Amino acid sequence: MRSMTETTRPRGTHHADHPASGPPTGSSPRVRRRPRWRAVQAFKGAALTFPFLAGFGLFVLVPVVMALKESVFATKSAGGLGFGEQTVAFVGLDNFVEGLGDQVFWAGMLRVFLYALVVVPSTQLLSLACALLLDAARRRTAARLRVVLLLPYMVPGVVATMVWLFQYSPVVGPLSAFFRLFGLDLNFYSGELVWFSIGNMALWGALGFNMLILYGALQSVPHEIFEAARLDGAGELRIALAIKVPFVRSSLVLTSLLSIIGTLQLFDQTLLFRAVTPETITKDFTPAMMIYNQAFQVGNLNYATALSVILAAVVGVASAFVYRFTNREEA
Amino acid sequence: MSAPVGTSPGAWRSTTSPRLGRRKISDRSASEARGVSRWVVLGVLVMLALYAVAPLWWLLVAATKSREDLYSTNGMWFASPGLLDNLQALFTYQDGIFVRWLWNTVVYSALGSIGLTAVALAAGYGLAKYTYRGKGATMALIIGSFLIPGSLLIVPTFLLFTEIGLYNTIWAMILPGMFGSFSVYLAKVYAEGAVPSELMDAARIDGAGEYRIFFSIGARLMSTAAATIFLLHFVASWNTFIWPLVFLKGAEKWPVMLGLYSWLQRGVDSQYDLTGLVIIGSLISTIPMVLLMISMQRYWRSGVTIGSLK
Repeated sequence: MRSMTETTRPRGTHHADHPASGPPTGSSPRVRRRPRWRAVQAFKGAALTFPFLAGFGLFVLVPVVMALKESVFATKSAGGLGFGEQTVAFVGLDNFVEGLGDQVFWAGMLRVFLYALVVVPSTQLLSLACALLLDAARRRTAARLRVVLLLPYMVPGVVATMVWLFQYSPVVGPLSAFFRLFGLDLNFYSGELVWFSIGNMALWGALGFNMLILYGALQSVPHEIFEAARLDGAGELRIALAIKVPFVRSSLVLTSLLSIIGTLQLFDQTLLFRAVTPETITKDFTPAMMIYNQAFQVGNLNYATALSVILAAVVGVASAFVYRFTNREEA
Repeated sequence: MSAPVGTSPGAWRSTTSPRLGRRKISDRSASEARGVSRWVVLGVLVMLALYAVAPLWWLLVAATKSREDLYSTNGMWFASPGLLDNLQALFTYQDGIFVRWLWNTVVYSALGSIGLTAVALAAGYGLAKYTYRGKGATMALIIGSFLIPGSLLIVPTFLLFTEIGLYNTIWAMILPGMFGSFSVYLAKVYAEGAVPSELMDAARIDGAGEYRIFFSIGARLMSTAAATIFLLHFVASWNTFIWPLVFLKGAEKWPVMLGLYSWLQRGVDSQYDLTGLVIIGSLISTIPMVLLMISMQRYWRSGVTIGSLK
């Protein structure tokens, strides 16, 4: 932290000075005036948050309220086929009822859910393994490798997806050629392999970041414990599992939560995949893609809003569940 | 809708201020593995590092190849050098639209980050250093907003922007990002540790007004937080994809990520092969981010790791 010259006076003395030497406004040194200038000071402090609150209100709160409002309306066109006069009618919970029974939407939800069920834990485990390995390496080696391992995190998500799209490409990608050496003819864009392809890409992108957080947490393990454990004859693996892992549990909860929230809203990556392989990745492949499609291709904004609210609720429930599940031993 | 960089709620929870100096590197540490395991550890780590680097290496190599070589030679090694030709093609294609995209990206990212940093520093400082009615409610609002998933806001924000005339303007890219609650939270936590109340009191005695104290003392003491907030948002803004996809119509206003996507999409169904442009464009738009993140490691690393310590 930046050290700064502080007043050398003992703490509190200048508090006593206040009524006498006076704040800028109060000329009379009477104690009674104190609440007044305090109120002014408090207001000035509060005023510093006003620009934020104004913008936050307009760009976050208003959209949230609009989301709730729009989702209980529907646009109906009088002339059919979208021509003629359009009327907006209050439909109550109809959009939600429709959304809750929408098989296409829930098929997408099931897809990202199963995907998350596999990808999130494996990313966590690998990141943890990676952090433990890094912690067990020489400091100098670790410092160098850490930068290399973090490179994927520094690459913009869209570029990362494109690069992997090219890796998987049967035409320019080196992966198909590599597996052909072993007699395997793999099409990474095919329906069977596409989840593996997306998952591998997600893992590649998330590994470094999660590792960084877990590695940071590992640095707080008191070092005397290791010496004590070695004296007691514990092996490296035992030390890692019995001492280091429990220390990073709260960080694991954090990284798991972030992963699950991101994964359920999967959009960017799948949309980019769709550009290359539209047969495998349908327009409603994930819930977020379906919302995008309903809102901006079909033009059914009310329904899309209702689906957004449902997705938000699912994300909320899933996060709460993950939080409970991963945090249970402390609870 | 991928999680924006570093906007994780819960990170930076610590009330201690971030470490600035580099950790002293000792050659041997207690956590280090001994004996044979050392070589196993090193071997696995090197393989993981290769996994991390290989696709990027491919990108670098592919960016130097001519179109024919791209399809016919080994992807992991160089062929005849064509980097300059590729660069020329990239910067001249469609009257240099790529340069335009890069410029747009820089403008959106810089203006948005400057705005966010100013707004967040002021709000975080106000929340940390003053007591007033409504402060608890503001904090509740900030923490509560961490729970709002990004995908919830897209459609209603679209409706809002069409209504207030922000749709398809550059302000749709700049303004909404300026009020990130996580940055305010980060600034608040930082201000608590970095700005001593005694110093503020001393300035008051010297006759400085509250705002003067903020600008000449508070904001300066918070310069590390400012750099972190600026950097994290700059990067997130550079990488953002769905926002311009929804809010910007004309290619003239696009940032580079959306532009690359449009090339990728068109490359598939047009007879003119854009694959080479996508590759070299990806490389060019990534290099600034990698350089920025590596050179400013201490800021964003402290931002994302300190929080997880406790």
